[in-house]
Amino acid sequence: MNCPCEKLAAIIKRVQRTLVGLSKKSTRLIYLDHAATTPLDPRAEEAMHPYFQEVFGNPSSLYEQGVRAGQAVEQARKNVAQILGALSEEIIFTSGGTESDNLAILGYARAHAQEGKHLITTAIEHHAVLGAMHQLEKEGFEVTYLFPDQDGRISVEQVKGALKPETILVSVMYANNEIGTIEPVSEIGNLLQKYRQETGKTFPVFHTDACQATGYLDLPVEKLHVDFLTLNGSKMYGPKGTGILYRRRGIKLQPLWFGGSQERNIRPGTENVPGIVGFAKALEIAESLRTKESERLCPLRDFLIEQILSSIPKSRLNGHPTTRLPNNINISFSGVEGEAMLLYLDHEGIAVSTGSACTSQSLDPSHVLLAIGCSHEEAHSSLRFTLGRSTTKGDLEKVLHVLPKVIQKLRILSPLA
Amino acid sequence: MSPSLSDGKKQTQTPWVYSDIVKNHFFHPRNFVKDDEEVKDYDAKGSYGSPACGDEMHVWIKVDPHTKRITGFKWRTFGCASAIAATSITSEIVTKEGGMTLEEAKHLKPQTIIEHLGGLPDRKIHCSVLCDKALLEAINQYQKNYS
Repeated sequence: MNCPCEKLAAIIKRVQRTLVGLSKKSTRLIYLDHAATTPLDPRAEEAMHPYFQEVFGNPSSLYEQGVRAGQAVEQARKNVAQILGALSEEIIFTSGGTESDNLAILGYARAHAQEGKHLITTAIEHHAVLGAMHQLEKEGFEVTYLFPDQDGRISVEQVKGALKPETILVSVMYANNEIGTIEPVSEIGNLLQKYRQETGKTFPVFHTDACQATGYLDLPVEKLHVDFLTLNGSKMYGPKGTGILYRRRGIKLQPLWFGGSQERNIRPGTENVPGIVGFAKALEIAESLRTKESERLCPLRDFLIEQILSSIPKSRLNGHPTTRLPNNINISFSGVEGEAMLLYLDHEGIAVSTGSACTSQSLDPSHVLLAIGCSHEEAHSSLRFTLGRSTTKGDLEKVLHVLPKVIQKLRILSPLA
Repeated sequence: MSPSLSDGKKQTQTPWVYSDIVKNHFFHPRNFVKDDEEVKDYDAKGSYGSPACGDEMHVWIKVDPHTKRITGFKWRTFGCASAIAATSITSEIVTKEGGMTLEEAKHLKPQTIIEHLGGLPDRKIHCSVLCDKALLEAINQYQKNYS
């Protein structure tokens, strides 16, 4: 950087970057779909960087390149374990939430079919859990689906009432991805722990999908009394295609795939070293920001809910009014279809999501909204706003400026409004 | 005009899920009923779909009693972008150049509407193009009332 023309080039580049930044600012995307996915935290990206080119070795290799990659994976495992209050050996790195859910449910049920063939879950789980459960039904297992109350809450009593001597696994999500309702996971875990002590059995074990809870709720596994816990990197400002399954020590799992001996013979395949490193870094950041970010987002969430409900007639909040994630807002707008609202908002630079069937491949609207008693029409007419680290009050004010006009316009077109 | 999603994407500068024609009709819908007064003197009404399925369309037609051509087509739609655009473009197809005769309009096919829209994604074809059925009901209603 000693040559003056290099300096000049650097200055020009910086000015160009600023100009691009400024022009971007004027049409800034208001991203309110953090439950779908989050951008990668720059610090996680930085942590990943050396493991693409510099330390590219296979962690299974014995030479230095391999050992260094292996060390990075084990350090990441240790860091993740520490946050969960778990042992390193209890952390299995996976490709994300879907794989972790499948591995826990299919892997445990198939390895313990001789002990019993009954499982309990809820009707509002993520499709990754429901899909695994449906697969087990095809394999001869019986599954009880608990229906929540109108706020989306499952009770400990419901789980207790559904237990049978042959129940081997219970899976209840920590917080719902669509309506944000938080489930009494710790209480359910406690119930199952006591039940096992009373019956002297090692089952039923307890799995929770905590993908949406990360960065907002307490994760230590001993506090939650869970035997399996699913986390997903791409919902917590980590890289996509990364996740973990926490598996309590000593619990046998049947692998989903077969091959090498990676991840204690549970999950074969060369480790995604940069992804694993990025996941651990992202979790560390999410945990360090958890309290502050939750305290910042709760009032913003309540502001948006109150303002929408008071300014837009025939709008209704879905999910629990208070026992919900700090970043989740889900509202039905009578007489207007979700995809139409979504695309009008997209046109204004606001990205949200809907429970309408029109954005899914199936024609059925959200199973979660139907399970809490919404009519098909209400489910088709819902919008989900999920806040995140970039969200400001100004963003929400823009939403409040645009949304009533969008609803009004679509209601004029609608025969139902 | 091939009814494929990728064709629609090529036409537009910023990536969008539908064709530019769908986009145009969705953001600038034509001939919808702003006020019930507008359709007071219309001759027949038809409706199709159900809110439970996510789509419902109501159409009103005005027919020239001598030529039996459709001179007015107004609508209201609850549905996604393609459902709104499909009803909007149908209002133009049916009424252009003096209007379709009732017999011509009876034979309007969803495929024709889709072609006029510059194509639709596969999964949208069955659920969102229901306005031909609402139109058919309106025509049947008209013929019942005025036969």
